[in-house]
Amino acid sequence: MEYETVIGLETHVQLKTKSKMFCGCVNQFGSEPNTNVCPVCLGMPGVLPVPNERAMQLTALAGYLLNCEVPGFAKFDRKNYFYPDASKDYQITQFDFPSTTTGHVDFEFGGGIERVRITRAHIEEDVGKSSHFAQHSGVDFNRAGVPLLEIVSEPDLRSADMAYEYLNALKEILIYGGISDCDMEKGMVRCDVNISVRPRGAEELGVKVEIKNMNTFSGMRRAINYEVPRQIETLERGGTLVQETRRWDDIAGITESMRTKEQAHDYRYFPEPDIMPLKPSESWLSEVRSHIVELPLARKQRFVLDYGIPAQDADVFVGNVPLGGFFEQAVSGAKNAKAIANWVINNLQARIVETGTTVDELKFEPAAIRELVGIIDAGTISNKGGQEVFSELFENGGAPEEIVEAKGLAQVSDSVELDTWCQAAIDANPGPANDVRNGKDNAINFLKGQVMKASRGKANPQVVGETLAKLLKS
Amino acid sequence: MAETDFDIKYVANLARIALTPDEEAKLGAQLGDILGYIKQLEELDVTDVEPMAHAVPLANVLRADEVRPSIPQEAALANAPKQTNGLFIVPKIVE
Repeated sequence: MEYETVIGLETHVQLKTKSKMFCGCVNQFGSEPNTNVCPVCLGMPGVLPVPNERAMQLTALAGYLLNCEVPGFAKFDRKNYFYPDASKDYQITQFDFPSTTTGHVDFEFGGGIERVRITRAHIEEDVGKSSHFAQHSGVDFNRAGVPLLEIVSEPDLRSADMAYEYLNALKEILIYGGISDCDMEKGMVRCDVNISVRPRGAEELGVKVEIKNMNTFSGMRRAINYEVPRQIETLERGGTLVQETRRWDDIAGITESMRTKEQAHDYRYFPEPDIMPLKPSESWLSEVRSHIVELPLARKQRFVLDYGIPAQDADVFVGNVPLGGFFEQAVSGAKNAKAIANWVINNLQARIVETGTTVDELKFEPAAIRELVGIIDAGTISNKGGQEVFSELFENGGAPEEIVEAKGLAQVSDSVELDTWCQAAIDANPGPANDVRNGKDNAINFLKGQVMKASRGKANPQVVGETLAKLLKS
Repeated sequence: MAETDFDIKYVANLARIALTPDEEAKLGAQLGDILGYIKQLEELDVTDVEPMAHAVPLANVLRADEVRPSIPQEAALANAPKQTNGLFIVPKIVE
Protein backbone atom coordinates (compact mmCIF):
# COMPACT_ATOMS: atom_id res chain seq x y z
CA MET A 1 0.00 0.00 0.00
CA GLU A 2 1.11 3.52 -0.64
CA TYR A 3 1.19 5.88 2.33
CA GLU A 4 0.99 9.61 2.71
CA THR A 5 2.92 11.46 5.42
CA VAL A 6 1.11 14.17 7.36
CA ILE A 7 3.15 16.61 9.45
CA GLY A 8 2.26 19.62 11.57
CA LEU A 9 4.78 21.74 13.46
CA GLU A 10 4.67 23.71 16.67
CA THR A 11 7.55 26.13 16.45
CA HIS A 12 8.79 28.06 19.47
CA VAL A 13 10.72 31.24 18.80
CA GLN A 14 12.30 33.59 21.34
CA LEU A 15 11.29 37.19 20.76
CA LYS A 16 13.80 39.98 20.32
CA THR A 17 13.12 42.07 23.42
CA LYS A 18 15.48 43.72 25.86
CA SER A 19 13.75 42.36 28.96
CA LYS A 20 11.81 39.21 29.81
CA MET A 21 8.08 38.65 29.28
CA PHE A 22 6.76 39.41 32.76
CA CYS A 23 9.66 41.06 34.60
CA GLY A 24 12.55 43.45 33.98
CA CYS A 25 15.34 40.85 33.96
CA VAL A 26 17.52 41.07 30.86
CA ASN A 27 16.67 38.75 27.95
CA GLN A 28 20.22 37.63 27.29
CA PHE A 29 21.94 34.38 26.38
CA GLY A 30 25.23 33.20 27.85
CA SER A 31 25.27 34.83 31.29
CA GLU A 32 26.47 33.07 34.45
CA PRO A 33 23.71 30.73 35.67
CA ASN A 34 20.90 32.29 37.71
CA THR A 35 22.16 35.85 37.40
CA ASN A 36 19.35 37.18 35.14
CA VAL A 37 16.63 36.26 37.62
CA CYS A 38 14.29 37.94 40.08
CA PRO A 39 11.40 36.91 42.35
CA VAL A 40 8.96 37.07 39.38
CA CYS A 41 10.78 34.69 37.04
CA LEU A 42 11.87 32.49 39.95
CA GLY A 43 8.19 32.02 40.78
CA MET A 44 8.32 33.37 44.33
CA PRO A 45 4.95 33.67 46.09
CA GLY A 46 3.19 37.03 46.00
CA VAL A 47 4.87 38.49 42.93
CA LEU A 48 2.98 40.22 40.13
CA PRO A 49 3.87 39.41 36.50
CA VAL A 50 3.23 42.30 34.06
CA PRO A 51 3.37 41.62 30.29
CA ASN A 52 6.06 43.29 28.22
CA GLU A 53 4.41 45.65 25.71
CA ARG A 54 7.19 45.20 23.14
CA ALA A 55 6.63 41.42 23.23
CA MET A 56 2.91 41.99 22.60
CA GLN A 57 3.72 44.28 19.66
CA LEU A 58 6.11 41.70 18.19
CA THR A 59 3.46 39.00 18.63
CA ALA A 60 0.88 41.06 16.73
CA LEU A 61 3.46 41.96 14.06
CA ALA A 62 4.39 38.28 13.66
CA GLY A 63 0.67 37.60 13.28
CA TYR A 64 0.40 40.09 10.44
CA LEU A 65 3.52 38.72 8.72
CA LEU A 66 2.03 35.21 8.93
CA ASN A 67 -1.24 36.49 7.44
CA CYS A 68 -3.06 35.88 10.72
CA GLU A 69 -6.01 37.63 12.25
CA VAL A 70 -5.24 39.69 15.36
CA PRO A 71 -8.42 39.51 17.47
CA GLY A 72 -9.68 42.39 19.57
CA PHE A 73 -9.60 40.23 22.67
CA ALA A 74 -6.90 37.91 24.03
CA LYS A 75 -5.92 36.67 27.47
CA PHE A 76 -3.33 34.70 29.39
CA ASP A 77 -3.82 31.29 31.01
CA ARG A 78 -1.91 29.02 33.33
CA LYS A 79 -0.75 25.64 32.06
CA ASN A 80 -0.09 23.49 35.11
CA TYR A 81 2.58 20.82 35.32
CA PHE A 82 5.43 19.78 37.54
CA TYR A 83 8.89 19.85 36.08
CA PRO A 84 12.07 21.31 37.59
CA ASP A 85 12.56 23.84 34.78
CA ALA A 86 9.16 25.46 35.49
CA SER A 87 9.75 27.64 38.53
CA LYS A 88 6.08 28.28 39.35
CA ASP A 89 4.82 24.76 38.58
CA TYR A 90 2.85 26.38 35.79
CA GLN A 91 3.67 28.21 32.59
CA ILE A 92 1.91 31.43 31.63
CA THR A 93 0.62 30.95 28.09
CA GLN A 94 -2.49 31.63 26.00
CA PHE A 95 -5.09 28.88 25.73
CA ASP A 96 -8.53 29.66 24.29
CA PHE A 97 -8.04 33.33 23.31
CA PRO A 98 -4.61 33.61 21.67
CA SER A 99 -3.24 36.90 20.35
CA THR A 100 -3.25 35.75 16.70
CA THR A 101 -5.17 33.08 14.76
CA THR A 102 -5.70 31.52 11.31
CA GLY A 103 -2.96 32.59 8.92
CA HIS A 104 -0.66 31.00 6.37
CA VAL A 105 2.92 30.91 5.13
CA ASP A 106 3.79 30.64 1.43
CA PHE A 107 7.20 29.28 0.54
CA GLU A 108 9.14 27.80 -2.35
CA PHE A 109 9.31 24.03 -2.48
CA GLY A 110 9.87 21.48 -5.23
CA GLY A 111 9.92 24.11 -7.94
CA GLY A 112 6.62 25.70 -6.94
CA ILE A 113 4.99 27.70 -4.18
CA GLU A 114 3.45 25.78 -1.26
CA ARG A 115 1.11 27.12 1.39
CA VAL A 116 1.01 25.93 5.00
CA ARG A 117 -1.89 27.16 7.10
CA ILE A 118 -1.14 28.59 10.54
CA THR A 119 -3.61 27.64 13.25
CA ARG A 120 -2.40 30.27 15.69
CA ALA A 121 0.65 32.07 17.02
CA HIS A 122 0.44 32.75 20.74
CA ILE A 123 2.74 34.25 23.32
CA GLU A 124 4.05 32.40 26.36
CA GLU A 125 7.10 32.32 28.60
CA ASP A 126 10.15 30.14 28.13
CA VAL A 127 11.22 27.78 30.92
CA GLY A 128 14.59 27.35 32.62
CA LYS A 129 17.39 25.20 31.27
CA SER A 130 18.32 21.87 32.86
CA SER A 131 21.68 20.18 32.68
CA HIS A 132 21.84 16.55 33.66
CA PHE A 133 24.58 15.02 35.78
CA ALA A 134 25.18 11.47 36.99
CA GLN A 135 22.96 11.66 40.09
CA HIS A 136 21.24 15.03 39.81
CA SER A 137 20.07 17.71 37.46
CA GLY A 138 20.99 21.40 37.68
CA VAL A 139 18.61 24.19 36.72
CA ASP A 140 19.45 27.66 35.43
CA PHE A 141 16.48 30.06 35.34
CA ASN A 142 18.11 32.76 33.18
CA ARG A 143 15.95 31.59 30.26
CA ALA A 144 12.80 31.30 32.39
CA GLY A 145 10.38 34.06 31.46
CA VAL A 146 11.97 34.92 28.11
CA PRO A 147 9.11 35.75 25.70
CA LEU A 148 8.38 32.81 23.44
CA LEU A 149 6.11 32.84 20.40
CA GLU A 150 4.54 29.45 19.66
CA ILE A 151 3.55 29.15 16.00
CA VAL A 152 1.23 26.20 15.39
CA SER A 153 0.79 24.95 11.83
CA GLU A 154 -2.05 22.89 10.42
CA PRO A 155 -1.05 19.34 9.34
CA ASP A 156 -0.29 20.57 5.81
CA LEU A 157 3.29 19.32 5.45
CA ARG A 158 3.86 16.14 3.45
CA SER A 159 7.56 15.33 3.83
CA ALA A 160 10.68 15.95 5.88
CA ASP A 161 12.10 18.18 3.14
CA MET A 162 8.92 20.20 2.95
CA ALA A 163 8.93 20.68 6.74
CA TYR A 164 12.57 21.76 6.48
CA GLU A 165 11.81 24.37 3.83
CA TYR A 166 8.79 25.61 5.77
CA LEU A 167 10.96 26.16 8.84
CA ASN A 168 13.56 28.01 6.79
CA ALA A 169 10.87 30.25 5.30
CA LEU A 170 9.36 30.87 8.73
CA LYS A 171 12.76 31.75 10.13
CA GLU A 172 13.49 34.14 7.27
CA ILE A 173 10.14 35.91 7.76
CA LEU A 174 10.73 36.32 11.50
CA ILE A 175 14.24 37.66 10.97
CA TYR A 176 12.94 40.06 8.28
CA GLY A 177 10.29 41.41 10.63
CA GLY A 178 12.76 41.86 13.49
CA ILE A 179 10.61 39.47 15.53
CA SER A 180 13.49 37.18 16.49
CA ASP A 181 17.15 36.69 15.64
CA CYS A 182 16.34 32.96 15.26
CA ASP A 183 19.89 32.08 16.35
CA MET A 184 19.86 28.28 16.43
CA GLU A 185 23.16 28.13 18.32
CA LYS A 186 21.52 30.04 21.15
CA GLY A 187 18.45 27.82 21.13
CA MET A 188 16.17 30.61 19.92
CA VAL A 189 14.14 28.26 17.69
CA ARG A 190 12.84 24.88 18.83
CA CYS A 191 10.02 22.79 17.50
CA ASP A 192 7.70 19.91 18.26
CA VAL A 193 6.78 17.75 15.28
CA ASN A 194 3.47 15.92 14.91
CA ILE A 195 3.72 13.06 12.45
CA SER A 196 1.24 10.49 11.18
CA VAL A 197 0.86 8.36 8.07
CA ARG A 198 -2.29 7.26 6.26
CA PRO A 199 -3.10 5.27 3.15
CA ARG A 200 -2.86 7.64 0.19
CA GLY A 201 -6.26 9.07 -0.60
CA ALA A 202 -7.65 8.52 2.90
CA GLU A 203 -9.53 11.41 4.49
CA GLU A 204 -9.01 10.44 8.11
CA LEU A 205 -5.71 11.20 9.81
CA GLY A 206 -3.56 8.36 11.11
CA VAL A 207 -2.44 7.94 14.72
CA LYS A 208 -0.31 10.92 15.68
CA VAL A 209 3.16 10.77 17.17
CA GLU A 210 4.70 13.89 18.61
CA ILE A 211 8.46 14.35 18.68
CA LYS A 212 9.38 16.93 21.29
CA ASN A 213 11.94 19.67 21.47
CA MET A 214 13.90 19.50 18.22
CA ASN A 215 16.52 22.23 18.28
CA THR A 216 18.05 21.94 14.84
CA PHE A 217 16.29 21.93 11.47
CA SER A 218 18.51 19.14 10.17
CA GLY A 219 17.80 17.06 13.30
CA MET A 220 14.09 17.53 12.68
CA ARG A 221 14.48 16.37 9.11
CA ARG A 222 16.39 13.26 10.20
CA ALA A 223 13.82 12.53 12.92
CA ILE A 224 10.96 12.64 10.40
CA ASN A 225 12.93 10.48 7.97
CA TYR A 226 13.34 7.92 10.77
CA GLU A 227 9.81 8.15 12.12
CA VAL A 228 7.84 7.85 8.87
CA PRO A 229 9.25 4.45 7.79
CA ARG A 230 8.93 3.23 11.40
CA GLN A 231 5.22 4.00 11.35
CA ILE A 232 4.69 2.52 7.88
CA GLU A 233 6.60 -0.67 8.77
CA THR A 234 4.54 -1.07 11.95
CA LEU A 235 1.32 -0.84 9.95
CA GLU A 236 2.65 -3.13 7.20
CA ARG A 237 3.51 -5.77 9.79
CA GLY A 238 -0.09 -5.62 10.92
CA GLY A 239 0.83 -3.78 14.12
CA THR A 240 -1.01 -0.81 15.60
CA LEU A 241 0.39 2.62 16.36
CA VAL A 242 -0.38 4.31 19.65
CA GLN A 243 -0.71 8.03 20.13
CA GLU A 244 2.45 8.93 22.00
CA THR A 245 5.18 11.44 22.57
CA ARG A 246 8.63 10.38 21.43
CA ARG A 247 12.11 11.75 21.92
CA TRP A 248 14.71 12.07 19.13
CA ASP A 249 18.12 10.69 20.02
CA ASP A 250 20.40 12.60 17.69
CA ILE A 251 23.44 10.41 18.33
CA ALA A 252 21.71 7.06 17.89
CA GLY A 253 19.55 8.52 15.11
CA ILE A 254 16.32 7.01 16.45
CA THR A 255 13.12 8.10 18.18
CA GLU A 256 12.05 6.47 21.48
CA SER A 257 8.82 6.57 23.40
CA MET A 258 8.49 9.10 26.26
CA ARG A 259 4.84 8.67 27.18
CA THR A 260 1.61 7.40 25.67
CA LYS A 261 -1.80 9.02 25.51
CA GLU A 262 -2.84 7.35 28.78
CA GLN A 263 0.07 9.03 30.54
CA ALA A 264 -0.48 12.34 28.76
CA HIS A 265 -0.35 15.46 30.90
CA ASP A 266 -3.55 16.99 32.22
CA TYR A 267 -2.57 20.64 32.16
CA ARG A 268 -5.73 22.01 33.84
CA TYR A 269 -5.58 25.32 31.97
CA PHE A 270 -7.34 28.18 33.71
CA PRO A 271 -7.32 31.97 33.25
CA GLU A 272 -4.25 33.69 34.72
CA PRO A 273 -5.78 35.78 37.52
CA ASP A 274 -2.75 38.08 37.89
CA ILE A 275 -2.84 39.48 34.35
CA MET A 276 -5.55 41.63 32.82
CA PRO A 277 -6.92 40.66 29.41
CA LEU A 278 -5.67 42.26 26.21
CA LYS A 279 -7.90 44.45 24.07
CA PRO A 280 -5.62 45.93 21.42
CA SER A 281 -7.00 49.28 20.24
CA GLU A 282 -7.15 50.26 16.58
CA SER A 283 -4.43 52.90 17.07
CA TRP A 284 -2.17 50.42 18.87
CA LEU A 285 -2.64 47.90 16.04
CA SER A 286 -2.11 50.51 13.36
CA GLU A 287 1.23 51.44 14.97
CA VAL A 288 2.16 47.74 14.82
CA ARG A 289 1.06 47.54 11.17
CA SER A 290 3.39 50.42 10.29
CA HIS A 291 6.25 47.94 10.91
CA ILE A 292 5.01 45.34 8.42
CA VAL A 293 7.82 44.56 6.00
CA GLU A 294 7.83 43.00 2.54
CA LEU A 295 8.11 39.23 2.95
CA PRO A 296 11.15 37.43 1.52
CA LEU A 297 9.18 35.48 -1.10
CA ALA A 298 7.29 38.59 -2.25
CA ARG A 299 10.59 40.45 -2.49
CA LYS A 300 12.12 37.72 -4.60
CA GLN A 301 9.15 37.61 -6.95
CA ARG A 302 9.15 41.39 -7.28
CA PHE A 303 12.87 41.53 -8.11
CA VAL A 304 12.49 38.87 -10.79
CA LEU A 305 9.36 40.43 -12.31
CA ASP A 306 10.16 44.13 -12.06
CA TYR A 307 13.84 44.02 -12.97
CA GLY A 308 14.00 40.89 -15.09
CA ILE A 309 16.98 39.50 -13.20
CA PRO A 310 17.57 35.74 -12.70
CA ALA A 311 16.11 34.03 -9.60
CA GLN A 312 19.62 33.36 -8.20
CA ASP A 313 20.41 37.08 -8.31
CA ALA A 314 17.09 37.85 -6.62
CA ASP A 315 17.98 35.31 -3.90
CA VAL A 316 21.15 37.28 -3.15
CA PHE A 317 19.09 40.46 -2.72
CA VAL A 318 16.60 38.65 -0.49
CA GLY A 319 19.40 37.26 1.68
CA ASN A 320 21.20 40.60 1.85
CA VAL A 321 18.59 43.34 2.28
CA PRO A 322 20.95 46.37 2.29
CA LEU A 323 22.63 45.12 -0.90
CA GLY A 324 19.19 44.65 -2.47
CA GLY A 325 18.27 48.19 -1.46
CA PHE A 326 21.46 49.47 -3.10
CA PHE A 327 20.65 47.53 -6.26
CA GLU A 328 17.13 48.99 -6.38
CA GLN A 329 18.50 52.51 -6.23
CA ALA A 330 21.18 51.75 -8.81
CA VAL A 331 18.77 50.13 -11.25
CA SER A 332 16.19 52.91 -11.11
CA GLY A 333 15.78 54.26 -14.66
CA ALA A 334 18.52 51.98 -16.07
CA LYS A 335 18.27 49.92 -19.27
CA ASN A 336 20.56 47.06 -18.36
CA ALA A 337 19.34 45.70 -14.98
CA LYS A 338 21.15 42.38 -15.43
CA ALA A 339 24.52 44.13 -15.87
CA ILE A 340 23.87 46.27 -12.80
CA ALA A 341 22.96 43.15 -10.80
CA ASN A 342 26.22 41.55 -11.97
CA TRP A 343 28.31 44.52 -10.85
CA VAL A 344 26.53 44.73 -7.49
CA ILE A 345 26.77 40.99 -6.79
CA ASN A 346 30.14 40.07 -8.35
CA ASN A 347 32.13 43.21 -7.68
CA LEU A 348 30.50 45.28 -4.97
CA GLN A 349 29.47 42.39 -2.72
CA ALA A 350 32.91 40.81 -3.06
CA ARG A 351 34.69 44.04 -2.09
CA ILE A 352 32.31 44.65 0.82
CA VAL A 353 33.04 41.19 2.21
CA GLU A 354 36.76 41.50 1.56
CA THR A 355 37.07 44.89 3.29
CA GLY A 356 34.54 44.23 6.04
CA THR A 357 32.57 47.40 5.29
CA THR A 358 28.81 47.85 5.01
CA VAL A 359 26.58 49.22 2.27
CA ASP A 360 25.89 52.29 4.42
CA GLU A 361 29.61 53.16 4.55
CA LEU A 362 30.16 53.18 0.77
CA LYS A 363 31.92 56.23 -0.68
CA PHE A 364 29.74 56.42 -3.78
CA GLU A 365 26.07 56.60 -4.62
CA PRO A 366 24.15 53.71 -6.23
CA ALA A 367 23.67 55.91 -9.33
CA ALA A 368 27.44 55.60 -9.98
CA ILE A 369 27.01 51.89 -10.82
CA ARG A 370 24.22 52.81 -13.25
CA GLU A 371 26.54 55.38 -14.92
CA LEU A 372 29.39 52.88 -15.01
CA VAL A 373 27.27 50.27 -16.79
CA GLY A 374 26.00 53.01 -19.12
CA ILE A 375 29.48 54.02 -20.31
CA ILE A 376 30.58 50.41 -20.72
CA ASP A 377 27.49 49.65 -22.79
CA ALA A 378 28.11 52.78 -24.87
CA GLY A 379 31.63 51.53 -25.66
CA THR A 380 33.25 54.54 -23.97
CA ILE A 381 35.34 52.22 -21.83
CA SER A 382 36.11 48.50 -21.95
CA ASN A 383 35.04 46.03 -19.31
CA LYS A 384 38.60 46.04 -18.08
CA GLY A 385 38.51 49.84 -17.87
CA GLY A 386 35.26 49.42 -15.96
CA GLN A 387 37.06 47.37 -13.34
CA GLU A 388 39.53 50.21 -12.85
CA VAL A 389 36.75 52.76 -12.53
CA PHE A 390 35.00 50.52 -10.00
CA SER A 391 38.15 50.13 -7.89
CA GLU A 392 38.58 53.89 -7.80
CA LEU A 393 34.91 54.36 -6.91
CA PHE A 394 35.13 51.85 -4.10
CA GLU A 395 38.36 53.25 -2.66
CA ASN A 396 37.89 56.99 -3.11
CA GLY A 397 34.41 57.63 -4.47
CA GLY A 398 33.82 60.09 -7.32
CA ALA A 399 31.89 60.12 -10.58
CA PRO A 400 32.61 57.40 -13.19
CA GLU A 401 32.95 59.82 -16.12
CA GLU A 402 35.44 61.97 -14.22
CA ILE A 403 37.45 58.88 -13.26
CA VAL A 404 37.55 57.81 -16.92
CA GLU A 405 38.81 61.27 -17.81
CA ALA A 406 41.38 61.49 -15.01
CA LYS A 407 42.79 58.01 -15.66
CA GLY A 408 42.61 58.30 -19.44
CA LEU A 409 40.56 55.12 -19.71
CA ALA A 410 38.37 56.16 -22.63
CA GLN A 411 38.59 53.79 -25.57
CA VAL A 412 39.73 55.26 -28.85
CA SER A 413 37.07 54.76 -31.50
CA ASP A 414 38.23 57.72 -33.57
CA SER A 415 38.77 56.46 -37.11
CA VAL A 416 41.77 58.62 -38.12
CA GLU A 417 43.85 57.52 -35.12
CA LEU A 418 42.73 53.89 -35.43
CA ASP A 419 43.42 53.86 -39.18
CA THR A 420 46.99 54.99 -38.47
CA TRP A 421 47.59 52.27 -35.82
CA CYS A 422 46.01 49.54 -37.98
CA GLN A 423 47.95 50.49 -41.12
CA ALA A 424 51.17 50.51 -39.07
CA ALA A 425 50.42 47.01 -37.76
CA ILE A 426 49.70 45.71 -41.28
CA ASP A 427 52.90 47.25 -42.66
CA ALA A 428 55.05 45.87 -39.84
CA ASN A 429 53.62 42.34 -40.14
CA PRO A 430 53.28 41.45 -43.81
CA GLY A 431 53.13 37.65 -43.12
CA PRO A 432 49.99 37.61 -40.97
CA ALA A 433 48.49 40.37 -43.14
CA ASN A 434 48.87 38.14 -46.20
CA ASP A 435 47.43 35.18 -44.27
CA VAL A 436 44.28 37.20 -43.65
CA ARG A 437 44.13 38.21 -47.31
CA ASN A 438 44.43 34.51 -48.22
CA GLY A 439 41.42 33.63 -46.09
CA LYS A 440 43.02 32.68 -42.75
CA ASP A 441 40.63 34.78 -40.69
CA ASN A 442 42.21 33.81 -37.38
CA ALA A 443 45.40 35.64 -38.27
CA ILE A 444 43.55 38.92 -37.77
CA ASN A 445 43.72 38.35 -34.01
CA PHE A 446 47.50 38.71 -34.07
CA LEU A 447 47.20 42.07 -35.83
CA LYS A 448 44.48 43.13 -33.43
CA GLY A 449 46.79 42.33 -30.53
CA GLN A 450 49.50 44.50 -32.07
CA VAL A 451 47.10 47.42 -32.38
CA MET A 452 45.89 47.03 -28.81
CA LYS A 453 49.51 46.99 -27.69
CA ALA A 454 50.35 50.11 -29.68
CA SER A 455 47.30 51.90 -28.27
CA ARG A 456 48.21 50.73 -24.76
CA GLY A 457 44.82 49.05 -24.46
CA LYS A 458 42.82 52.14 -25.28
CA ALA A 459 41.65 51.14 -28.73
CA ASN A 460 38.09 49.88 -28.91
CA PRO A 461 38.72 46.22 -29.88
CA GLN A 462 35.54 45.91 -31.87
CA VAL A 463 36.32 48.97 -34.00
CA VAL A 464 39.94 47.76 -34.41
CA GLY A 465 38.67 44.47 -35.86
CA GLU A 466 36.38 46.27 -38.26
CA THR A 467 39.12 48.71 -39.34
CA LEU A 468 41.69 45.93 -39.97
CA ALA A 469 39.20 43.97 -42.05
CA LYS A 470 38.37 47.07 -44.06
CA LEU A 471 42.04 47.93 -44.74
CA LEU A 472 43.04 44.34 -45.63
CA LYS A 473 40.21 43.85 -48.04
CA SER A 474 40.66 47.10 -49.92
CA MET B 1 -24.85 17.27 48.98
CA ALA B 2 -21.49 15.73 48.19
CA GLU B 3 -20.60 15.84 44.52
CA THR B 4 -18.60 12.77 43.57
CA ASP B 5 -18.09 13.34 39.88
CA PHE B 6 -14.31 13.34 40.24
CA ASP B 7 -11.55 10.95 41.18
CA ILE B 8 -9.86 12.08 44.40
CA LYS B 9 -6.83 9.85 43.73
CA TYR B 10 -6.37 11.43 40.30
CA VAL B 11 -6.69 14.95 41.70
CA ALA B 12 -4.23 14.16 44.50
CA ASN B 13 -1.75 12.82 41.98
CA LEU B 14 -2.06 15.95 39.81
CA ALA B 15 -1.23 18.03 42.88
CA ARG B 16 1.58 15.60 43.82
CA ILE B 17 0.01 15.02 47.25
CA ALA B 18 0.15 11.58 48.91
CA LEU B 19 -3.10 10.85 50.77
CA THR B 20 -3.96 8.06 53.21
CA PRO B 21 -7.33 6.33 52.64
CA ASP B 22 -8.76 8.31 55.60
CA GLU B 23 -7.58 11.60 54.09
CA GLU B 24 -8.96 10.60 50.73
CA ALA B 25 -12.39 10.10 52.26
CA LYS B 26 -12.26 13.34 54.26
CA LEU B 27 -10.83 15.60 51.53
CA GLY B 28 -12.95 13.95 48.85
CA ALA B 29 -16.09 14.82 50.81
CA GLN B 30 -14.91 18.40 51.42
CA LEU B 31 -14.01 18.95 47.77
CA GLY B 32 -17.36 17.47 46.82
CA ASP B 33 -19.11 20.00 49.05
CA ILE B 34 -17.21 22.86 47.46
CA LEU B 35 -18.14 21.66 43.98
CA GLY B 36 -21.73 21.41 45.22
CA TYR B 37 -21.75 25.06 46.26
CA ILE B 38 -20.39 26.07 42.88
CA LYS B 39 -23.01 23.92 41.22
CA GLN B 40 -25.66 26.18 42.77
CA LEU B 41 -24.34 29.01 40.59
CA GLU B 42 -25.46 27.09 37.54
CA GLU B 43 -29.03 27.72 38.60
CA LEU B 44 -28.63 31.40 37.79
CA ASP B 45 -29.77 32.63 34.41
CA VAL B 46 -26.72 34.31 32.83
CA THR B 47 -27.87 34.38 29.20
CA ASP B 48 -27.55 38.17 29.07
CA VAL B 49 -24.21 38.35 30.90
CA GLU B 50 -21.00 38.63 28.87
CA PRO B 51 -18.30 36.16 29.95
CA MET B 52 -15.46 38.01 31.69
CA ALA B 53 -11.76 37.13 31.89
CA HIS B 54 -11.25 39.02 35.10
CA ALA B 55 -13.33 40.47 37.93
CA VAL B 56 -11.63 43.86 37.62
CA PRO B 57 -12.73 45.80 34.52
CA LEU B 58 -9.24 46.64 33.29
CA ALA B 59 -7.37 45.64 30.12
CA ASN B 60 -3.95 46.15 28.54
CA VAL B 61 -2.00 46.54 31.75
CA LEU B 62 1.46 46.32 30.23
CA ARG B 63 4.98 47.44 31.08
CA ALA B 64 7.58 49.07 28.83
CA ASP B 65 10.39 46.81 27.59
CA GLU B 66 12.99 48.12 30.01
CA VAL B 67 15.68 46.14 31.77
CA ARG B 68 15.75 46.38 35.54
CA PRO B 69 18.44 44.94 37.80
CA SER B 70 18.15 41.26 38.67
CA ILE B 71 18.95 39.90 42.11
CA PRO B 72 22.42 38.53 42.92
CA GLN B 73 23.02 34.84 42.32
CA GLU B 74 23.54 34.23 46.06
CA ALA B 75 20.11 35.70 46.78
CA ALA B 76 18.49 33.68 44.00
CA LEU B 77 19.96 30.47 45.42
CA ALA B 78 19.56 31.37 49.09
CA ASN B 79 16.63 29.01 49.67
CA ALA B 80 17.80 26.24 47.37
CA PRO B 81 18.09 22.97 49.31
CA LYS B 82 21.09 22.17 47.14
CA GLN B 83 23.24 24.17 44.76
CA THR B 84 26.39 23.65 42.69
CA ASN B 85 28.18 26.10 40.40
CA GLY B 86 25.32 28.55 40.54
CA LEU B 87 22.68 25.95 39.60
CA PHE B 88 19.65 24.76 41.56
CA ILE B 89 20.31 21.08 42.16
CA VAL B 90 17.23 18.87 41.84
CA PRO B 91 16.60 15.11 41.65
CA LYS B 92 17.55 13.83 38.22
CA ILE B 93 14.48 13.98 36.04
CA VAL B 94 14.91 13.11 32.42
CA GLU B 95 11.68 12.80 30.53
